[in-house]
Amino acid sequence: MGEFLLVSIQVDMHDKLAITLQDDLTTSIVKHRARGVLIDISSLEIVDSFIGRMLANIAAMSRVLDAETVVVGMRPAVAITLVELGMSLTGVRTALTVERAMDTLRASVATGAESGRGDAARPE
Amino acid sequence: MPLVRSDKLPCASDGDVVIVRQRVRSLAVESGFPLVDQTKIVTAASELARNTVVHGQGGTVELEMLVEGARRGVRLTFTDHGPGIADISQAMKDGFTTGGGLGLGLGGAKRLSSEFEIRSRAGEGTVVRIARWR
Repeated sequence: MGEFLLVSIQVDMHDKLAITLQDDLTTSIVKHRARGVLIDISSLEIVDSFIGRMLANIAAMSRVLDAETVVVGMRPAVAITLVELGMSLTGVRTALTVERAMDTLRASVATGAESGRGDAARPE
Repeated sequence: MPLVRSDKLPCASDGDVVIVRQRVRSLAVESGFPLVDQTKIVTAASELARNTVVHGQGGTVELEMLVEGARRGVRLTFTDHGPGIADISQAMKDGFTTGGGLGLGLGGAKRLSSEFEIRSRAGEGTVVRIARWR
């Protein structure tokens, strides 16, 4: 997938596994110099506050590492429950399909390139 | 209120939390809950099971299927003998946390349930009981 990482969560994760995923993914962003992370959660039957926090953490960490995260394929029942639980996943970009998530990531990388990636932090 | 079935599970590790989620899901399906209601009770169960493990130093959960007239319900009782909660109204507030989490567990579980009850005494433990009706 070139500069994007694709993660598909297929199992009901226990909490330690979720933390491991968060750590591994952050390491992978740097290792592969990824500009985008796509997390497919279409297999997840629930997202509770712990998994919600993991998604928000990944989004925040990837942003710090100059990558965008898009969470893909949340089930409607999961979305309804998550909001009622009190989590609105502020700061996490979402998309309904992988195609739309890819479009979002490509657009965000293109915008970043136009404005001169990293120039602001580089001393002249 | 007639009780159809009851089951008790350990709730003391990360792995137990996953099993509790799966068993609550089966019970909700068996009770004829629509998908959104299944998702809500399983999510509430996940929050409370984690509380039992993290804050209560482990405990048990009792799963019950209830029948009242034409309606069916799922009732879950989480019991631990951990340090207890000194100030329940504070613990119920969104954003209050002692575990490094988001502090949405108790308040969130209450919002996702039809009935919510909590009893706790410092030094003796905590019992949280929720029910959701179809």
